[in-house]
Amino acid sequence: MVTKMDTHLIKELANYTHGAEKEKREITKITADLYPELSIEEAYLVQEELVRQKLEEGKKIVGPKMGITSEAKMKQMNVDDPIYGYVFDYMVVNEGDSISISDYIHPKVEPEIGFVLSRDLEGPNVTALDVLAATEYVFPAIEIIDSRYENFNFTLPDVIADNTSAAGAVFGTTLKRPDNLELDVVGVTLSINGEIQALGAGAAVLGHPANSVARLANMLAKKGEKVIAGEPILTGGLTAAVMLSPGDFVNVKVGGIGDVSFFVKE
Amino acid sequence: MNIETTAKTESHVKHLASAWSNGQGVQPITELDPDISIDEAYQVQLHTINRYLQNGKRITGKKIGLTSKAVQEMLGVGEPDYGHLLDDMHVENKGTVPFNRVLQPKIEGELAFILKEDLVGPNVTSLDVLKATDVIVPAIEIVDSRIKDWKITLADTVADNASSGLYVLGETFKKPANLDIKQIGMALYKNGELQNTGVGAAALGDPAKCVAWLANKLANYGITLKAGEVILSGALSAMVEAKPGDHFYVKFAELGSVEVSFSE
Repeated sequence: MVTKMDTHLIKELANYTHGAEKEKREITKITADLYPELSIEEAYLVQEELVRQKLEEGKKIVGPKMGITSEAKMKQMNVDDPIYGYVFDYMVVNEGDSISISDYIHPKVEPEIGFVLSRDLEGPNVTALDVLAATEYVFPAIEIIDSRYENFNFTLPDVIADNTSAAGAVFGTTLKRPDNLELDVVGVTLSINGEIQALGAGAAVLGHPANSVARLANMLAKKGEKVIAGEPILTGGLTAAVMLSPGDFVNVKVGGIGDVSFFVKE
Repeated sequence: MNIETTAKTESHVKHLASAWSNGQGVQPITELDPDISIDEAYQVQLHTINRYLQNGKRITGKKIGLTSKAVQEMLGVGEPDYGHLLDDMHVENKGTVPFNRVLQPKIEGELAFILKEDLVGPNVTSLDVLKATDVIVPAIEIVDSRIKDWKITLADTVADNASSGLYVLGETFKKPANLDIKQIGMALYKNGELQNTGVGAAALGDPAKCVAWLANKLANYGITLKAGEVILSGALSAMVEAKPGDHFYVKFAELGSVEVSFSE
């Protein structure tokens, strides 16, 4: 990997996004003037440093999460690959619990399908079929994203350096084996206070959510890592993200799998 | 209706029919007759359908349109509309539509209800609909507009048989008792590329609710939904434009898929 960045700059940029997350404040994107030439590879170095800092603080990785998984979004951002980041223990919200909106900057939610593998998957050349064969179960999930950047205004390297906007995850507790599910056509609705705000089906994620896990395994292989058995994997938003407000009751239903909910307070 | 409105209705019927003789869309009716009411627009539709019936065509069912919140907001309306399905609108699954059968077609994936009992409004509920339904079948609706460039308001599409074109039914069907209709997902592909995805709840939150709306709406006109009729309950995602040579494949959870092609 070729980079002009020295370790000092990598640390500085990781401090920049990590600091904004801890202090719950918006920042201008890195590529605006701090470091306009930030490449995707460099952005992952910043993310690695950010992850290292969190681990050093005693926080634990729960599992990986995928972003930019819709063909429309990839075209719009002019990229060929989705992106990944990590959900940490402190981000997990129990099903049915409440979050306090003041713990976030400008949170949004996305409905997702989660995977848990029964064995590790190591790329390259992992296919969706490999993923399904290695999947122990799938579950409905809600991801809370909270870009540290003003107005969610970022380029692809910016969002990678911000741990792909990871801020929260609500894992549903209805676990289903994938054998009897057609995950490309499971229907998904995201409702707030009983009103449907967004909807779609599994194919909205890279044609099939298992493709998302395969792409993750193949991307991680480039740095000698793999997708680990037992970790919940968030495969990417099935619809556009929806803004949260205090008083919201958020419910996601996934056809044939189940549903998951949480509340939003002041 | 008095003589004046009857004459106006007949003139609108002819205006819409001229789209076929000219092979292209016509000026919106609401530009010719800005004061036309929705009830008058339905009269134009009913007169058009009566003409077809006189020519030997047969009603096979109904379609419900404007069932998504986004489309209702776009047209500034608070309820769906409906149109009639005729026997010659039916296309076999995996069939090819000659492009001269359509003007400016668009594709929607829908759930079709086949009734086993009549449904008579008012006061029909979603549960009544499910009880009166024999089977649910996956469907492609080919919507079409006789109005140039789809420049429609509510009255225009109502008069134009709710922009009905053709319909294709799949070969897999299920009893409604075995389905969670609201959560049936759908993926729509054009020439092998995913165009969009949807789910049953996209139609007013519940496709059965759309059929109940229809049964109740028809009660105003003294019309009953009959056993055996096919009811297209509303689009599960945004419609997609079809061009000559295009192939469409729509896959539904638990109900298989439906396909249709257009000739060059």
